[in-house]
Amino acid sequence: MHKLIASIKKETLLLTRDIGGLGILFIMPIILVITITLLQDTTFKKVGGGSSIDIILVDNDKGSLSDEIKKNFEEIPFLNPITTQEEETITEAKAEKLVAAGAYQLAVVIPEKLSSDLDKQISENINKILSDFEGSVTEESKELTTRVEQQIKPKVIKFYFDPVTQETFRSSVAFAVDKLISQIETQSIYKAFEKELGESAHMTSLNKQKLVTYQEINPSLAGNEVMPNSVQHNVPAWTLFAIFFMILPLSLNIVKEKGQGTFVRLQTTPIKYQTIILAKAILYVLVSILQFTIILGIGMYIFPYLGLPTLQIGSNLGVLYAVTMASGMAAVGLGLLLGTVFTTHEQAAPFGAVLVVILAAIGGVWVPVFAMPEAMQVVAKISPMNWGLEAFYNCFIRAGKLSDIIGELGLLVGFFVLTMSIAIVYYEKKKNV
Amino acid sequence: MDVIKVHNLEKQYKGADFKSLKGVSLTIQKGEIFGLLGPNGAGKTTLISILCGLLSATNGEVFINDKTYASKKDELRKLIGVVPQEYALYPSLTARENLMYFGGMYGIAKQELKSKVITHLEALGLAQFADKKIRTFSGGMKRRVNLIAAILHQPEILFLDEPTVGVDVQSKKAITQKLEALNQSGTTIIYTSHHLREAQELCTRVGIIDKGEIIVSGSPDKLIAEVQDARNLEDVFVELTGKEFRDYA
Repeated sequence: MHKLIASIKKETLLLTRDIGGLGILFIMPIILVITITLLQDTTFKKVGGGSSIDIILVDNDKGSLSDEIKKNFEEIPFLNPITTQEEETITEAKAEKLVAAGAYQLAVVIPEKLSSDLDKQISENINKILSDFEGSVTEESKELTTRVEQQIKPKVIKFYFDPVTQETFRSSVAFAVDKLISQIETQSIYKAFEKELGESAHMTSLNKQKLVTYQEINPSLAGNEVMPNSVQHNVPAWTLFAIFFMILPLSLNIVKEKGQGTFVRLQTTPIKYQTIILAKAILYVLVSILQFTIILGIGMYIFPYLGLPTLQIGSNLGVLYAVTMASGMAAVGLGLLLGTVFTTHEQAAPFGAVLVVILAAIGGVWVPVFAMPEAMQVVAKISPMNWGLEAFYNCFIRAGKLSDIIGELGLLVGFFVLTMSIAIVYYEKKKNV
Repeated sequence: MDVIKVHNLEKQYKGADFKSLKGVSLTIQKGEIFGLLGPNGAGKTTLISILCGLLSATNGEVFINDKTYASKKDELRKLIGVVPQEYALYPSLTARENLMYFGGMYGIAKQELKSKVITHLEALGLAQFADKKIRTFSGGMKRRVNLIAAILHQPEILFLDEPTVGVDVQSKKAITQKLEALNQSGTTIIYTSHHLREAQELCTRVGIIDKGEIIVSGSPDKLIAEVQDARNLEDVFVELTGKEFRDYA
């Protein structure tokens, strides 16, 4: 026990005197979490309605329908349609160039005769329906219908997207426009019916309200509703990334010891390798808890000053710390294993850094696991960062209890035990080279 | 009494196409200062690493006080002290912090350890630098602290791998005097060096190792007498190992 305590004390002294190392462990995660959350929050707001993106609207129709589209576009919270530049109307060719140059992310081109053709088509369809209904279909009317159908060519609303535009944004816009067109079409049909059947009091009393609407509900494991936002998503994800980034300084710590000869000296003293790495593990798990506490404090008290939502930690603070500790253990175990296996800084540093990024990618920090290809979903399920992330989401977003995350905690602690054991066995085998 | 017995020791590193040690047999008696001399790549560090328990042999046996590392690792580690070729100190810790940590690994009581640290630092002229960080020390100062770290627990056997390499005359003198004092208090010393004059003055017996084999051993005076026209150990060394370079890659 004395040796373990002495080793923890030594590791603490080494760490506290390494300003660069402290920076990596504490300052970088703070910068990372704040930066990513601010960026994601902006995107959240852009897509969710906080601030708007300028888009080009080229109106080749100049009819009632394009006016309606323009009006409705203006009502979409995250889009700001513009039609002119330097007091000149933007043409389709100009719009294409502007988007290709990256000046705008999107240009929407409304085709010629959209209003008139749509009116024609709807009127014709209604006439057909009414004729069928009244039983007054004649050869002449059939011929007229066919002629009108031949005259009306399918209309295409073109979207010019900047190639760098993310798929999520493209989908959001396409969905919004599609919904808008459907609404306009429905309204046009109503109007056409009114026109054909007469604007009687009976017709104007038609219920034009949407029958089906949707309501977004965010249920939690605790039963109450929680509101997800950029902070609730990003703080756990990037805190976990920061915790796992500890792999890098920790593995380098061991490699450095090997290089400076202190490790050789320790090997000749009556201390076991288990004690040496356990001391490092204890300190670095404490570091991960401290990292988390600092980020938690920033999320709760500093984020509001940065215009971000306040981090909601719910009532299960103990469970949050349990997840942090277990995640810290998993990261530390991996760091110790890499430090044991590698012998030079040149091996450990790039491998450790890339490994953390890969773990984050397959763990679902960047792309949700459900959105991954099937094979990657399987890989994600065996990634320690995914276990930590799931456990954190259960706490931060789903308001879960200890019983909801016990599986993930077990996996994380098991991973720690496994990596430590492999490190010890490898060390003993390596000694016999 | 033989404190170290080495029998037919062989070492071939994994992937190597030659043996670094080829059937080395050796005995070292209690109270000796044994110098292990040899050209670069002769096998000195490999042999001393096996004797310290840092490496395992491919074949052969090593007994320290009639015990092996395989059966009594912890016991033997308390018995020996090792001064590695590297400084083997934490640069960002002070001399005192380094020594308290390494001394603590031998289970020495805190107060006793504190007192030993100061005593040794004073003996090697480093007391006033006790609370300075190692990174600010000169090579000679680091070598002296390196030695202290290995003797705080009063080892019965002390292994030193080139303990005076790259140090000034003053530090070298202080280190050799300390080694003599330790030897007089009963510590058996085994050390490797390229400083043949130092070895001639310090060692009661030397062994010259070349190409993985001990080619000769005995007291420096005896070896000098046995080799024709040899005036010192350096002449003996050159006569026995030749003048060609021993470069390995």
